[in-house]
Amino acid sequence: MSDARDPTQFDPVVPNTGEEYEPLEVFPDDEDFDLRPGADSCYKCSTCDTNCPVAEVDDDFPGPKFQGPEQWRLKQTDDDYEIDPSISECSNCLRCDTSCPSGVNLAQMHNTARGEYVDNQMSKLSVKYIRNRILANYRTSAYFASMFPRTANFFMNFGPVRWAMEKVLHVPSEREFPEFATQTFRQWWSERGGAKVHSDDKKIAYFHGCYSNYNTPEVAKALVRIYEHFGYEVMVPPQKCSGTPMFANGMLDDARRHAETNVEELTAAIEEGADVVASCTSCSMALRNEYPELFDIDGIDDLAAHTYDAVEYLRIHTDVRQELEAAEVSGELEEEFAYHAPCHARNQGLERQAIELFRDLDGVAVEDVGESCSGISGTYGWKSEKYEKSMEIGSEMFEHMEESEGTTGMTECPTCASQMEHGTGYEVRHPLELIEAALID
Amino acid sequence: MAIESDVLVIGGGLAGLSSAISAAREGADVRLVTYKQSTLRQASGLIDVLGYTPDGEGPLTDPYSAIPELPDEHPYRLLGEDTVREAMSMFDEVVDTYRGGHTDTNALLPTYGGTVKPTARYPDGAAAGLASDDRDLLLVGFEAMPDFDAPHVAAHLEAAGVPFDVRGETIQFPGDLQDDAKVTRYAKLLEKNGPVEVRGRERGARDALVERLNPLIEDEKRVGLPAVLGDADAAGVRAALEAELGVEVFEVPATPPSLPGVRLEDRLFEAFDEAGGNFESGNPVVSFDGQNRVETVYVDKQSARIPYSADQFVLATGGLVGKGVESDREHVYEPIFDCHVEHSEDRYDWFDEAVFGDHPFAGFGVDPDTELRPLDSGGSPEFENLRAAGSVLGGHDFAAEKSGSGVSIATGYHAGRLAAQEAQ
Ligand SMILES: Cc1cc2nc3c(=O)[nH]c(=O)nc-3n(C[C@H](O)[C@H](O)[C@H](O)COP(=O)(O)OP(=O)(O)OC[C@H]3O[C@@H](n4cnc5c(N)ncnc54)[C@H](O)[C@@H]3O)c2cc1C
Ligand code: SF4
Ligand code: SF4
Repeated sequence: MSDARDPTQFDPVVPNTGEEYEPLEVFPDDEDFDLRPGADSCYKCSTCDTNCPVAEVDDDFPGPKFQGPEQWRLKQTDDDYEIDPSISECSNCLRCDTSCPSGVNLAQMHNTARGEYVDNQMSKLSVKYIRNRILANYRTSAYFASMFPRTANFFMNFGPVRWAMEKVLHVPSEREFPEFATQTFRQWWSERGGAKVHSDDKKIAYFHGCYSNYNTPEVAKALVRIYEHFGYEVMVPPQKCSGTPMFANGMLDDARRHAETNVEELTAAIEEGADVVASCTSCSMALRNEYPELFDIDGIDDLAAHTYDAVEYLRIHTDVRQELEAAEVSGELEEEFAYHAPCHARNQGLERQAIELFRDLDGVAVEDVGESCSGISGTYGWKSEKYEKSMEIGSEMFEHMEESEGTTGMTECPTCASQMEHGTGYEVRHPLELIEAALID
Repeated sequence: MAIESDVLVIGGGLAGLSSAISAAREGADVRLVTYKQSTLRQASGLIDVLGYTPDGEGPLTDPYSAIPELPDEHPYRLLGEDTVREAMSMFDEVVDTYRGGHTDTNALLPTYGGTVKPTARYPDGAAAGLASDDRDLLLVGFEAMPDFDAPHVAAHLEAAGVPFDVRGETIQFPGDLQDDAKVTRYAKLLEKNGPVEVRGRERGARDALVERLNPLIEDEKRVGLPAVLGDADAAGVRAALEAELGVEVFEVPATPPSLPGVRLEDRLFEAFDEAGGNFESGNPVVSFDGQNRVETVYVDKQSARIPYSADQFVLATGGLVGKGVESDREHVYEPIFDCHVEHSEDRYDWFDEAVFGDHPFAGFGVDPDTELRPLDSGGSPEFENLRAAGSVLGGHDFAAEKSGSGVSIATGYHAGRLAAQEAQ
């Protein structure tokens, strides 16, 4: 082997433009982003356009090649250039980013353009802005709702209230609000007295995010039991929203505030020897991809390097695969599942792990319903003006779910789960719940 | 702990998929990891084995008979004619939506540019467009899709001396889509017969298209359209149009972005899945461990390095376009394993003076032995258990020879099979 260069220097993620590439801080000084190297390495192959679920149903949407590199070039040559309003039609599914053969960072381009559009061109008094801000700050609403979960569950889906929300806030009345658990995961965790297993060398810090804390604590509990089964000490540091809904709504200031807490708390856990795992694939993507692309906070790269999806981490560090091959599922989850890979799992290369992992597990069958997008994209489908589009994008997934043998859904993403439920009426489970059913009595 | 398999294929283009499928068919536990989507999304969807000799002679009638005349280092010469044939049979078994396997002779198909192209296999959907068929032909383009200019294509074909009459017409696609509407938008509307507004009334896009096509057809028995006739169910769209129009309908193989390429990619991933293979995409392999053997490769996820170990490895990362071969000002190199890539010291020798001249860079790639193991500068295998397939290989100029897909399928098939046999 020649020693002409160190192959470990190779990094195709960073386009070869011959220029130093430094993702710059977006806020507070938003004049500073420099995405030119990305724009320059676009060779206009349009691969991204063939992957965009919005462009497939709406020809008014100019597509990712325009939203990203082309708009960027326009911005470079014209100081008065205003971000095209179509950026708010982009659902932030990031399929374009996942596909680009040239490694153009479309995710970062869309997020910064959207941030700039919302900051400079969107009225802060408009109903849309206020509605988007409420949707983006789901954690705050969930926090209050979880104090009176039963009342909230009733009230949020109560006809007259939903009618008023549709009229005033443009939140589509077709959607059912997610149910709040009567006990949050964190309440359960402290009642249980925290970790049951202690270890010096096997520790994980769990980033549960908002959803599995307030709405689906059974997923979070499954995670704790599985990791303890494999001898890990589970830590549950204080945390805020990952920021995913805020990025998607261009509210980067809000996202940054939450990110600061998360980075601080999670890097402290990393210093104690833990790796960070998340059960929601949008949360793990935010921590490992979006944070370092958008913010410059002490420890942010360290956090990105230590963050994993919870199932991915098990695959790398434990013999979960062998244990599942030998296991069998009976009882409530002895089922056939129609599995949908969330777009943000795709972005992390995790789109097939559930299929692979459960292939040899007795008692269950998990079928991939294909590569269609669920269409909800977090808060996107929660806007009246996007509802129809969201359902049209999702229709392919609904059809494939109905064609598959299973009548229970499976996915890692809580908002995809709600769309799957909404479109098919199926109950939807998380892969961690199935691992729990297989390995833990 | 690493993620383990018998055979690990790096790269998810035509070469990577062919080797992964071939290894899985041998019974190996195979995993494919790929960085991003491949050149299949840009390629026409035609499968060329050999259209021209390296000296530019052609179009060739029989690609196989030209193999013995190829230079010694050409991938086909390393494999031999029989292996190339076996590989094409595997392709025919796996991809049942393609034709051309009944004969050794190249088919001739019209392209978006109005040329006639020699190719070994073509999708069902292009079949009625064969230039050897003497039935008259009507081509219809859409105003908002300037890439396919039907009257221009028709004039070109006529000038090329095709044995039939050909006319070209341009119409507005029902619903008057935006100029930059994506090919997937057309495909979706046609597949779902989705609603579009035609003169103030809501209509199914496919029904409305039929109404616009009908009056254009004179005595022609076949009509060619841009390659946007459906995505997952292209056969269904074609059948529906044919039933309504009473003529055969075909797609003219496309320029990028190409739905026929996307459909082929989908079909190959499906076949690999059916064969029990595992795959994942989105992150690149960036480094490896090992001396004489590759033990483990590392996939880069943000800054985390995930280890993947295997008994045998296949490198199918593409050429200069796919990022399998890179260049900087001084070197041309293979970036993961730093396998030897033969090139002149002087970068001015990489290019020919003439833009369309004989550029050495088009043939840059790793040079392997007959088992497809990349060789170092001294002519010995770089690693015992690493094979290479597809455009990452040197010794051929796929664009000039029209051999891209054939070389990928043949070398992929061979590398995958040998890797699986070795692993067992
Ligand atoms: C525009 C265009 C048109 C073409 N038209 C035709 C045609 O009409 N007929 C024909 O026969 N052929 C055609 N070809 C050629 C043919 O499609 C392919 O180029 C050829 O088959 C090569 O395939 P491949 O699998 O070797 O490489 P590629 O298709 O380049 O695939 C390489 C794959 O490897 C991945 N990869 C790269 N680096 C890494 C890494 N470090 N880690 C993990 N994965 C990595 C890439 O993301 C990519 O998915 C065309 C090619 C192009 C570019
Ligand atoms: S896929 Fe990448 S290179 Fe191709 S057009 Fe889109 S951004 Fe540009
Ligand atoms: S993020 Fe999704 S919706 Fe937005 S441009 Fe990319 S592919 Fe389209």
